[in-house]
Amino acid sequence: MTQRITVIDYGMGNLRSVAKAVEHVAGKGDKVHVSDDPELILSSDRVVFPGQGAARDCMAAISDHHLNQAVLDAAHSKPFLGICMGQQVLLDFSEENGGTPLLGLYKGRVRHFPGGTAPDGEAMKIPHMGWNRVHQLSDHPLWYGIPQDSRFYFVHSYYIDPERDDLAAASTDYGVNFASAIAEENLFAVQFHPEKSADAGLQLLQNFVNWKV
Amino acid sequence: MLAKRIIPCLDVDAGRVVKGVKFVDIRDAGDPVEVARRYNEEGADEITFLDITASSDDRETIVHVVEQVASEVFIPLTVGGGIRTADDIRRMLNAGADKVAINTAAVFNPEFVKEATERFGSQCIVVAIDAKQVSAEGEPLKWEIFTHGGRKPTGLDAIEWAKRMSDYGAGEILLTSMDRDGTKIGFDNKLTRAIVEAVPIPVIASGGVGNLDHMVDGVKQGGADAVLAASIFHFAEYSIGEAKTFMQDKGVEVRL
Repeated sequence: MTQRITVIDYGMGNLRSVAKAVEHVAGKGDKVHVSDDPELILSSDRVVFPGQGAARDCMAAISDHHLNQAVLDAAHSKPFLGICMGQQVLLDFSEENGGTPLLGLYKGRVRHFPGGTAPDGEAMKIPHMGWNRVHQLSDHPLWYGIPQDSRFYFVHSYYIDPERDDLAAASTDYGVNFASAIAEENLFAVQFHPEKSADAGLQLLQNFVNWKV
Repeated sequence: MLAKRIIPCLDVDAGRVVKGVKFVDIRDAGDPVEVARRYNEEGADEITFLDITASSDDRETIVHVVEQVASEVFIPLTVGGGIRTADDIRRMLNAGADKVAINTAAVFNPEFVKEATERFGSQCIVVAIDAKQVSAEGEPLKWEIFTHGGRKPTGLDAIEWAKRMSDYGAGEILLTSMDRDGTKIGFDNKLTRAIVEAVPIPVIASGGVGNLDHMVDGVKQGGADAVLAASIFHFAEYSIGEAKTFMQDKGVEVRL
């Protein structure tokens, strides 16, 4: 069965690698689009929602592209994968840029890392950049074939702190223990970059492409 | 916690890997795409390409190399060499690079780093620093920034320069000891330590790796967040997997 997968493009960050990685794991007949067209997004079988940059810029770009409703509708209705800022903006408020209202799908704040020094004496530099462990908290289909505590590639200075603990599908430790993945029904959203996380990342994208909600 | 990164570096000249690469089991020894693919399979945490192409006619080649690598190798990619304008940066990012390394252009126009980080984000701007020790024996240690492959002094103090680049928004420092580059006697760990203590951003140690103990020392003595090496991987003396296992056995946290 061929399917259409749309990577939402609102001008924040380089989407080429996300699209390339999805194409790499997609089926032969599958079509991968990179688009900001709400109609195309909502008529797709699956939606990937990436994003890079500051919270205020991201929200402005989503708004400029008239995508607020399309993103929320897709997040409610079809297999949906948020990546990096595409995870953060699902909450209702970010501390970034002196306070930025977000899309508000979930109650909770996006907070700045505390930094400081880890118990082993290592400085916890900000941004949190590099390969860190992702501890799976549930038996979700998107973890299929990925060993527990695999490392994924992160680049970010803020992390999500949702009010509902049961949203977390994985946790990662960097001075705080934060929800590096969240999941609910047809939605999965990660702080790390599966498109830059070698085999573990490709497996997660493959699982998303195969995911039967 | 974060793993220490192992970064193989490919020097690319007109689309070919140079430094006398001698893979036995690769069809085209000098093809950067094949070398990158192999490093990815061995578990490299990132790959850095340094474009050393002299002729500007051939400079477009590196863009195609990055495009090809980025469509099949899904780890962070950094491109350095000849990055002088915002257009150069945009071209590399569009081709699929995640970061660019700015070296000479930063020395001649430090504001370029500020503009680049404001425009493209700190996370994709690496400042490459080539430093050489200028203090005599017995004097307090001092390193200076050099350009043109270590031939031209700039008068810039390495520690002050690193701080300034960090203040300008650089996301990372790629620190090469020109005293050690190509010597295979190990990193200048005192230099690395001095820079690591001076800036809040990650520091990649480069220049001098000859064996796996040197990589461990770069992390433990130098305090580097990542270690970059070229020849020990090119000549297949060690695979990246071997390097990582060795480092883990010595107590360094790595991604295996």
